[in-house]
Amino acid sequence: MTTKFQIHNFSFFFKDQQILKNLEFQIPSNEIFGIIGPAGSGKTTFLRALNRMNDLETEISHKGNILMDQNDIYTDDFDVVSHRKKVGMVFAMPVPLPMSIYENVVYGPRLSGIKDRRALDGLVENSLKAAFLWDEVKDRLKTSGMRLSGGQQQRLCLARVLAMQPEVILLDEPCSGLDPISTAKIEDALTELKKQYTIVLVTNNTKQAARVADKTAFFLMGELVELGLTKQIFTSPVKKQTNDYITGRFG
Amino acid sequence: MMRLNPRYVQRGAVFVLGGATVLTLLILIFIIFFILEKGLPVLTLNFLTGNPEDLGRKGGIFPAIIGSIILPLLAILIATPLGIFTSVYLSEYTRESKLTRLIRFGTDCLAGIPSIIFGLFGYIFFVITLEMGWSILSGALTLAVMILPTIIRTSEEAIRAVPKTYREVSFSLGATGWQTVKKVILPNALPGIVTGIMLSIGRSIGETAAVIFTAGSSLRLPTSIFDSTRTMAVHFYILAREGISQENAYGTAATLIIAVLLVNLTAYWLMNRFIAKRRS
Repeated sequence: MTTKFQIHNFSFFFKDQQILKNLEFQIPSNEIFGIIGPAGSGKTTFLRALNRMNDLETEISHKGNILMDQNDIYTDDFDVVSHRKKVGMVFAMPVPLPMSIYENVVYGPRLSGIKDRRALDGLVENSLKAAFLWDEVKDRLKTSGMRLSGGQQQRLCLARVLAMQPEVILLDEPCSGLDPISTAKIEDALTELKKQYTIVLVTNNTKQAARVADKTAFFLMGELVELGLTKQIFTSPVKKQTNDYITGRFG
Repeated sequence: MMRLNPRYVQRGAVFVLGGATVLTLLILIFIIFFILEKGLPVLTLNFLTGNPEDLGRKGGIFPAIIGSIILPLLAILIATPLGIFTSVYLSEYTRESKLTRLIRFGTDCLAGIPSIIFGLFGYIFFVITLEMGWSILSGALTLAVMILPTIIRTSEEAIRAVPKTYREVSFSLGATGWQTVKKVILPNALPGIVTGIMLSIGRSIGETAAVIFTAGSSLRLPTSIFDSTRTMAVHFYILAREGISQENAYGTAATLIIAVLLVNLTAYWLMNRFIAKRRS
């Protein structure tokens, strides 16, 4: 088992408010790494620190490092744009861009300069198949991505990330707006995808983490409270707060 | 206080709101009909294609039609890229600060300045100082300066209205700032930007004060952008103001109205086609 991300004493600040506190742990390759915790615990901020999406906000600062494949992703001359191509992200709300299903999927590849029609067609088919969406949309790739249902839109967003052929997929509560059937489809896709990708899944739904994550981390108030094999976290948590949270006593 | 029955309030509201709409439309229709009724009898092929004779008492308005096409067209060609680039820079490449607020306040003030001030500025700066003389170039540059604030502000509003989530998605897929602007922001802001350009075309076609001072009022057909020219609006103004010919003044006005209508219809048709193509 290799390590994808090493988080070293990482803290994150918005203005003078500390969102993440001295995080110190590793995220292994080719697993689903679940992050659970109540609202405001810093899960999303942490996720967005991994692909440097926090950069889009103002008045932010950080301490410590995050290493991906041994390379610090917070050095001054770090190539953020290439990094984001390697670390794809699926957001909480499905956001298809206002263009066709096809164009949505090839958005990333086109940015990387892929123009060959056959290569793009192949990427579209493979990505949509991997996101379990191909059969539902293969006859209407030219219609707008916005005409799909919520669950289909979220799988389209997943396919769009897969088409970039990333190394890591970050998911920020990807099923929060979806019905149970759509959720099951996404979860099936993730379980399949971890063979090729490193997946970090932030979820408000503890049962989802229990179902699909290999390891689970519990965040509270910007701190990592507990991290372990999912089975162990959910059956015999070490910390009292973890036990309280997963049994629904707060959060 | 007595509480009014909401049903009556609702009826009253419908009456007031609907009444305002009908009144606005009626005034508009009345003006158009009034001008067309007086102007259409003069509108013949000879009037549209002929040269003016005897200061415009007789003959046609062909040079003025050409002036009315060239001048706004040139102004739009100069102001649109400048305006769009500025608004993209302001909304996408700068953080909100005192400076951006100052620039925004400045453009708002510029948009409210009477056109004759721009005319005076254009006369002193382009015509005299830069020695461009009364010419299409001076006029177009002056009009461009005049419509620039409108284009900047409407484009900026349109760009700001593009959902933040589109930007996030684009950046998260490894796009640079410029790629995001090109592929996501401008296409989605286009309807709003076009509206601003339409307003600007309308303003420059109808402009007289700023044009007389800078492009002059020559009745000859211009052969280059360094020639003076007369637009339909200026022609109409001079014919009516100097009492040269009321009929031909209304004929010019009718042509102007029809031209503006055609420009608007074409622009909206093009825009709808663009949107339909993207949405399909």
